[in-house]
Amino acid sequence: MKYLYYPGCSLEGTALEYNASTQTFMQELEVDLLELKDWTCCGASAAEATSYLLSLALPAYILAMAEEMDGTKEILVPCSACYLNLKKVEEKSRKDPELLDKINTILKEKKLHFHGQVRVRHLLDVVARDIGPAKIFSRVKNPFIDLKIAPYYGCQCLRPYSIFDDPEEPRSMEPLIEAVGAKIHPWNMGGRCCGASHMTTKPEVALELVTAILKAARGADAIVTVCPMCQMNLEAYQKKICGKSKEDLRMTILYLPQFLGLAMGLSEQDLRLDLNLSVTKEFRNKL
Amino acid sequence: MSPAEKIEIKQRSETAPEPVIDSLATIRDMVSACIQCGTCTGSCPNAFAMDLTPRQLWYNVLMGEKETIFHSKTFSLCSVCYCCTLRCPRGLPLTETMSALKQIAAKENLAPYKKSIQFYKSFMESVRRHGRVREMEFMTLYFLSMKNPFMLLKFAPLGMKLMGKGKVSFEFPSKGNGALESIFRKVEELEQR
Repeated sequence: MKYLYYPGCSLEGTALEYNASTQTFMQELEVDLLELKDWTCCGASAAEATSYLLSLALPAYILAMAEEMDGTKEILVPCSACYLNLKKVEEKSRKDPELLDKINTILKEKKLHFHGQVRVRHLLDVVARDIGPAKIFSRVKNPFIDLKIAPYYGCQCLRPYSIFDDPEEPRSMEPLIEAVGAKIHPWNMGGRCCGASHMTTKPEVALELVTAILKAARGADAIVTVCPMCQMNLEAYQKKICGKSKEDLRMTILYLPQFLGLAMGLSEQDLRLDLNLSVTKEFRNKL
Repeated sequence: MSPAEKIEIKQRSETAPEPVIDSLATIRDMVSACIQCGTCTGSCPNAFAMDLTPRQLWYNVLMGEKETIFHSKTFSLCSVCYCCTLRCPRGLPLTETMSALKQIAAKENLAPYKKSIQFYKSFMESVRRHGRVREMEFMTLYFLSMKNPFMLLKFAPLGMKLMGKGKVSFEFPSKGNGALESIFRKVEELEQR
């Protein structure tokens, strides 16, 4: 198996451990990742809030660069915000030739042309459907029979394009978590919004959303995520949230490849567990 | 244009400049089939903090109530979760409509949304300069644009923690290699047409 790889800006910064664990995990499963050369930012949620055309031009530039690469036409994206921006261009340009023309007028500045030939895949999509639980099960060295996990999907890998999961009641992580022996924490918060960048500009609103998620996760040993923004919002403000709600809502928050990788016997160093902002003592004792 | 079609944005000017009025007409088209059922409101995780519910916002868009729309916090509270878009029985692009309103606010630098606008613009400025966002530069640009040193203090604990983990590093804003300059410029040129 071989994919083009677009890590995106967060994975070079606040989500370094998502990048490291994704690469280690994929290597262990003999999946080749060819990182896009000289990749640029997809525009995150900021481009869309300032210019519609820019919010499509930036990801189109990335996809046009991807089309120039040899080997495969599938591009793997771990960050949900990057995934949606790239997916949006893939979907919109296919349905709207006029828009595609406009995008190509812009890309001419970079001497590139976007043909719409690459397929954008979220990391979770690839792990759940291409790799699959059976292959992961066969690699388990360290089954987590004592752990109960709350799968957290967030928004943008599910909506508005429901490619690999039910956008209302997502389940795609469950067979993967069960494949490593762990149980699923029953909850209905997996597809609820974490507040995204409101955490910086409107913290009182985002804290409310994250508090509700952490409260619903009580009883689980960890929340597993597939997006750097969700991960940061769930892990970085726990102290503040515990103080405000006067409850112990501390919770271990791990990226999916970190969690599956641990069960497959990959080391904490390789998976960069040292970079996570919230791994509780209780969780470590159960490993 | 009838007097009723003019919008007053008090912090800025007596009436809104022409582009606001033009783009609001496009936005009205995006929600013209709205049946006011309120599924969007019931689906919105941020509705609890809004002054107008999403349904009420669409009503004001349909009625061309620019004054109300651009003094309401509602569209700036959209966190782009796409729940309303997914569930809208009329299949309307509601999340994109929220973003279209944010785009007008950003273009016109409307005072009530200063925080969000500066946040997004600082992010895009860092991307424009370097091709990829540099988190510390972006946050520094944001704090500078808000001219509020207390904000820096508020974010310092998390910033220090991230620096301690080697996830971000301190850097002064710099010019960069202009990797995306030509794309940004072309987009601006097309948008002015």
